[in-house]
Amino acid sequence: MDKRFKIAHREAWIGVILVVINFIWWYGFGYGLGSAKVEQYSYIFGLPAWFFYSCILGSIIMIVLVILAVKFLFKDVPFEDEEGDVK
Amino acid sequence: MNWAVITPLLIFLFIIFAVGFWSNKFVLKSNSFLEEYFLGERQMGGFILAMTMVATYGSASSFIGGPGVAYTKGLGWVLLAMAQLATGYFVLMVLGKKFAIVARQYKAITLIDFLKERYKSKAVVLISAASIIIFLFSSMTAQWIGGARLVESLTGLPYTYALLIFVGSVLIFVIVGGFRAVALTDAVQGVVMFMGTLILLVATIKAGGGIPKIISDLAAENPNLISPFGADRELTPAYVSSFWILVGVGVVGLPQITVRAMSYKNSKAMHSAIIIGTIVVGFIMLGMHLIGVFARPVIPGVKIGDTVMPMLTMKVLPPFVAGIVLAAPMAAIMSTVDALLILVSSAIVKDIYLNYIKPHASEGQIKKMSFSVTAIIGILVIFFALTPPDLIVWLNLFSFGGLESVFIWPVILGLYWRKGNKYGAITSMVLGMGSYILLDRLYPNAFGLHTVVVPVVLSLISFVVVSFATQQGTKAHSSF
Repeated sequence: MDKRFKIAHREAWIGVILVVINFIWWYGFGYGLGSAKVEQYSYIFGLPAWFFYSCILGSIIMIVLVILAVKFLFKDVPFEDEEGDVK
Repeated sequence: MNWAVITPLLIFLFIIFAVGFWSNKFVLKSNSFLEEYFLGERQMGGFILAMTMVATYGSASSFIGGPGVAYTKGLGWVLLAMAQLATGYFVLMVLGKKFAIVARQYKAITLIDFLKERYKSKAVVLISAASIIIFLFSSMTAQWIGGARLVESLTGLPYTYALLIFVGSVLIFVIVGGFRAVALTDAVQGVVMFMGTLILLVATIKAGGGIPKIISDLAAENPNLISPFGADRELTPAYVSSFWILVGVGVVGLPQITVRAMSYKNSKAMHSAIIIGTIVVGFIMLGMHLIGVFARPVIPGVKIGDTVMPMLTMKVLPPFVAGIVLAAPMAAIMSTVDALLILVSSAIVKDIYLNYIKPHASEGQIKKMSFSVTAIIGILVIFFALTPPDLIVWLNLFSFGGLESVFIWPVILGLYWRKGNKYGAITSMVLGMGSYILLDRLYPNAFGLHTVVVPVVLSLISFVVVSFATQQGTKAHSSF
């Protein structure tokens, strides 16, 4: 198999793992904290805590994870055959 | 007419035109007309790639429809909208390098070229081309109607003139500039969308008296507005979560997005596009939907959701700045229709005309054909948008989820599963589309999930089962 495909497969899996983390974080805080009675909500920067953690902090964390994954786990490969390892 | 609002819009249109004509230079001097006109010679850098993906994806619904719904349903709808953050990184990571490399090996210019080489089946090509032409044509018409209504409401021009101005301006730069013009104008439009969101968000928070004040006003009106369950507690976790398929991971199957994943220069471009794309899409989706919710205490009692965003803008911003912000939804609509237009044109010229009607057409014929097909589609859409036939309105309802159900597995399993074959692909495409339309009519939101979920699962199962059942006689695909 083309060596570049190994890298590509690994990176596709990283994408899947990131979505799973994203979903769990989003769901966990969104419905975990958000299911309480509205009168018992706590607030962060004026926003309900469930919303702050799930949507604001969650987005920031995902962006940081995406940056880290791309910087440290993704590899540069050539796309044209003549430059790369031909099978 | 309100010239203070219209002037920034005119400046915006002028910039878009300039970019279109500048791209025409590349079309004229390119040695490979088809690859240039329909794919920009695979020269997109990271920033342009990120912006063209975000802008193509972000449409009228992100700037007009979505905030309107958020206005009625509250923070629960913002939670739902945030499923779209995943599109920023997921599409490029999953299609990723494999798709870029394989598409080059196949010399594929369109998504259908890829499917044709991968499955070697005329049926796959024809079903794909038909679904792209029918469904994207309808959704283009719907977006165009939306764009014209917006121009109508901003300028006070009658609908027909508004439509002609809007469509005319998009047509000109797409016809002369091709994919490169589409991608470059998308970059400008993406920036306008980003800035518009930022300005309007800040202005709305100020007008509402700060976030804590807005939230307590909302809670005083109806506590459910600040819960994740929607104003009438109608948004169940299962329903909201199923949008991760419709507007999150399923976006991998949208041809207008997929084709962008073959257009970039090198892996560096892809890496920076993933980062920029995630930040921009996250910010725009969070910002615009949050604006919709925050608008509620600022302009209470709006009945028609689609009018929330324009009304709010006029209320909280001085006219000239309002013009800049209102260029954002215009940009969102234009950048979606231009991508659809060039894609439908490529399906007709490249996938049907060159494959089956005239395989040995000369360079000159191809050029003439490409320009005129693009123009004819555009003009047809104008007629449909003037008096939208019910069929178009009806088809547009299916275009997003329907295309996902058709393409997601033939693309993904085609890339990553050696044993997938044409019989699996054909079954999954037919079943995906068929079951989507049927379920939508007869049994929408089955099991409390969005209608898209069941067809996507069905098409996966049928793809795998049929591929296994027909292993004999078809060789596993060689390029893996």
